[in-house]
Amino acid sequence: MDVRVQSSPFDPGIELNRFTDHLGGAEAGAIVTFSGVVRNRPDGSLVRMEIEHYPGMTELALAEIGQEAMSRWSLLDALVIHRFGPLVPGEPIMMVATAAAHRSAAFEAAEFLMDYLKSRAPFWKKEVTSDTQGWVAARSEDEQALTRWR
Amino acid sequence: MIDVLYFAWVRERIGLPKERIETRAATIADLVAELAARDDRYAMAFSDLTAIRVAADQVLTDFNASLTDVREVAFFPPMTGG
Repeated sequence: MDVRVQSSPFDPGIELNRFTDHLGGAEAGAIVTFSGVVRNRPDGSLVRMEIEHYPGMTELALAEIGQEAMSRWSLLDALVIHRFGPLVPGEPIMMVATAAAHRSAAFEAAEFLMDYLKSRAPFWKKEVTSDTQGWVAARSEDEQALTRWR
Repeated sequence: MIDVLYFAWVRERIGLPKERIETRAATIADLVAELAARDDRYAMAFSDLTAIRVAADQVLTDFNASLTDVREVAFFPPMTGG
């Protein structure tokens, strides 16, 4: 399992190839990836997204969520990358990848990782336009989403 | 001595990211009461605790948690990663 919290950009395609190569023809029959990108506002006014995080706790929380996914779905490997700092619309913010023998485990584990990462990893998003800035509010649906995994 | 950290709008309202304080608070709720009594900035930041999450030594916890042996407490809004 690999967890990375970084300000530098990454290429989801390159990361997927690396993740796949690293499995080295093991018994993985399924790889699922999810990439999150900075969404512009409907009127196209977003100048940048600023992502703040809690150094130390972020890595701890992601490692714990990752370990839980690894054991619960018997994953062969998992990858979590999450950026912080200023990002522009269209840039990748984060990605998860899961490798399992069969696809249902890989899909479910990826969803689990995303659901937990959204509400339990200490990241906060701020949207900045040319004349406004504001913190993105947490959505109750995101908190609700966790109940399906309990 | 305890390190107190603030993130996102909690940090902005209080006006600093981190401070080291001397406290005899037994629980996180006691610490919040102590901080909120300091001045308007703290009072504002802590006016609605349902909008704030708390971590003790980098693990999520709740306001009733004890501060015994805790070295770092962080206050922040609900998380919005992903």
